[in-house]
Amino acid sequence: MKGLKRYLDRIKPSFEEGGRLHAFRSVFDGFETFLFTPSTTSASGVHIHDSNDSKRTMIIVVLALIPCFLFGMYNTGYQHWLAAGASEFPFWSMLLYGFLAVLPRVVVAYVVGLGIEFVVAQWRKEEIQEGFLVTGILIPMICPIETPLWMIAVATAFSVIFVKEVFGGTGFNIFNVALVTRAVLFFGYPAQMSGDKVFVATKPIFGLGGQVADGFTGATPLGQIATATGSELHLENIAGDPISTWDAFLGLIPGSFGETSTLCILIGAAILLLSGMASWKIMASVFAGGLITGWLVNVCATPVYPASFLDPVDQLLLGGFAFAAVFMATDPVTAARTETGKYIYGFLIGAVAIVIRVYNTGYPEGAMLAVLLMNAFAPLIDYCVVQANISRRMRRVKAKAE
Amino acid sequence: MKITVKKGLDLNIAGAATVPSDSGAVSLVAPRRIAIVPDDFVGLTPKLDVKEGDSVMIGSPLLHDKVNTSLKVVSPVCGTVTAVVRGLRRKIERVELVPDSGSAAVKFDTAGDVRTLLMESGLWAMMRQRPYDVVPDPSSDPRDIFVTAFDSAPLAPVLTFGMQNASAELDAGIKALAGLTRGKVYIGVRSQSDIPPVAGAEIVEVAGPHPAGNAGVQIAAIAPVNKGETVWTLDIVTLRKIGHLMINGSVDPGVIVALTGGEVETPHYVATVPGCDMESIIGAGLKSLKDAHHRRVISGNVLTGQNVGMEGFLRWPYRQVTVIPEGDDVDEFLGWANPGAGKMSVKRSFIGHFLSGKKFNPDARIKGGRRAMILSGEYDRVLPMDILGEYLVKAIIAKDIDKMEQLGIYEVAPEDFALPEYVDTSKLELQKIVREGLDYVRKELA
Repeated sequence: MKGLKRYLDRIKPSFEEGGRLHAFRSVFDGFETFLFTPSTTSASGVHIHDSNDSKRTMIIVVLALIPCFLFGMYNTGYQHWLAAGASEFPFWSMLLYGFLAVLPRVVVAYVVGLGIEFVVAQWRKEEIQEGFLVTGILIPMICPIETPLWMIAVATAFSVIFVKEVFGGTGFNIFNVALVTRAVLFFGYPAQMSGDKVFVATKPIFGLGGQVADGFTGATPLGQIATATGSELHLENIAGDPISTWDAFLGLIPGSFGETSTLCILIGAAILLLSGMASWKIMASVFAGGLITGWLVNVCATPVYPASFLDPVDQLLLGGFAFAAVFMATDPVTAARTETGKYIYGFLIGAVAIVIRVYNTGYPEGAMLAVLLMNAFAPLIDYCVVQANISRRMRRVKAKAE
Repeated sequence: MKITVKKGLDLNIAGAATVPSDSGAVSLVAPRRIAIVPDDFVGLTPKLDVKEGDSVMIGSPLLHDKVNTSLKVVSPVCGTVTAVVRGLRRKIERVELVPDSGSAAVKFDTAGDVRTLLMESGLWAMMRQRPYDVVPDPSSDPRDIFVTAFDSAPLAPVLTFGMQNASAELDAGIKALAGLTRGKVYIGVRSQSDIPPVAGAEIVEVAGPHPAGNAGVQIAAIAPVNKGETVWTLDIVTLRKIGHLMINGSVDPGVIVALTGGEVETPHYVATVPGCDMESIIGAGLKSLKDAHHRRVISGNVLTGQNVGMEGFLRWPYRQVTVIPEGDDVDEFLGWANPGAGKMSVKRSFIGHFLSGKKFNPDARIKGGRRAMILSGEYDRVLPMDILGEYLVKAIIAKDIDKMEQLGIYEVAPEDFALPEYVDTSKLELQKIVREGLDYVRKELA
């Protein structure tokens, strides 16, 4: 490692102001700090610092996403085999198929997003911010597997520039960057992003997988609910068999790449909470809000809104609800920042997600919209909590004066 | 009265000094050189009372305040002024003295006005006031006076060391202070038995982790400072000095200092005077270097102290010297991926977090890059006051005086933001920001 460090130190001058490769300073800087923890020492204030930094924080979040990612690979293959009408399901082939199907999407998201980050860091003469490490893996995970690559590229570029960088970069954005990417896709390309084809990979990759019959339907459970009529709900998988609560919990259902498995999401939640990187207050209150609202709509179930017949627990297991609760709502930058505010913010996300899902059949998935909506309201929630603190202080002055 | 501080953090740092059995067991350090730094007396605009070559006694004025001319900083030794070091725009950086063997002390008239006596004897400058955490305004009328009798900072010395036989001095000190306030004199102690029984003060037992010993935390729990109110803060060592002055008419210049930190061979207590040079205090007390790594010599503790270096001096108000590795010569490969058995953190992603018995020897690296605020709620966990730290810091950065007032800037001192600064993932310089905020408000509202 000493040799590598010496090499970096040797080439460093050409990246500095006036150097030959100055245009790539931010890239060099990013790699250098990635490889070696900076040895800058404190110049003012405390002489020792906690070992945790922004890089570590982001890496832990990526680590928490890995179980969902691995399961997404498996499930993508599984759904494809199912759609192709296969009778046997080779584990490694399915996993490899899923990996090959998602890889281009991950690469596109990272190249576009990190590329913009490098350019902006260079332009602002700042260090590279790590926020996109998480966003870049989130984007393919919350998109349907068949989303065209160019759409991912356009949507990623749009959200990184207009949702994050124009506000000042990581830490200043109002909306969750990954979710806006998804929203851009959802509203910008509705024809390609909804319906029953996009959630299941249909083509063989490098000879892996089979040909899918033309007439198959790969609708997600929520897609089926949105188009259902009458008071009887029948959720079916691609092969036409009924979907059980257990299937939904494990995640063997069609859906966006990384968000089908509640089990893996819970493993991720455990990693986030044990490492202290996400707020349990937000997570718990999203689930509480979802459960209570789910129960309320179930009590007042009506055939006009077929989703109201769903069991409250199924409401949490289906679609992106759990994923949004664990990975999206807890994004510290866009969530409420005060401790009291976190309970309100989380609860409202859970409640609004179910309300949109049930009462607005135009949008089968409410979690994305609920988080974005509450992102917009988080500053207001915080404002109220801060005002409460202020008026406590002001009352104290008044009580003294009397 | 009892208060329990729930939020906070005790850092497990190696190199705590063992408390000597009695005062006689503390080794005396005779300083080779002394320096008094005017910047340590925040709020004072220094004017010199001496010039190079002047002889001074214990208690002779070295500096006085430009506005309140009777507010003085005095010499802790008998000796000769050797240098007045000036910086940019002729700012007085420090006054250097070489002590001699004399022990002559200025005799003060204890019969007169207590305020004038405290100001003339230099003891006034050893107190602080909230708001602003500066030397008290001589015309201020304190609502209460808070005395801290323990320091909860990492490796901090026991402030009540040797206090058991000082009850007469403590009583005299309390009596003097009680005459200056219409409110109470509070003394915050770890345990009632730390100090001898005293009259005229309200004893408050404080339990809980650091920053339980910070005056601001105790004030917040007892009676928070409101806009328009002033409280004074001092520690019990200064209280005893005030008592000594009231009884004897002279200043007791001595100070007991703990030499601590992972780089110190045998951490111990020494008796010396404020302003003593580091070489005299540390001597040959550091561990022999196995590899040639750099070291940081801090006057004070690792959270609020000053990096003075081996050629520096013991600064006011510190009663502690800490030596830690500097760390600028460490190349850590893929530090973010390290499981972290040897790393200190409040986050559970480091194995080091779970090693509760382990004593760490952290270096002075920032251990990351400076970022915008990303994680939320980090400051609140170690700031045991009804203050929204993050919002106050943002108001300070935005220079919004109204918001700062509303969010409680009058209640805080930079030291209250030392732990938030330590835990901050975004590595912001919170103490510096708060100090600048306090100075800004003070200047604007003056």
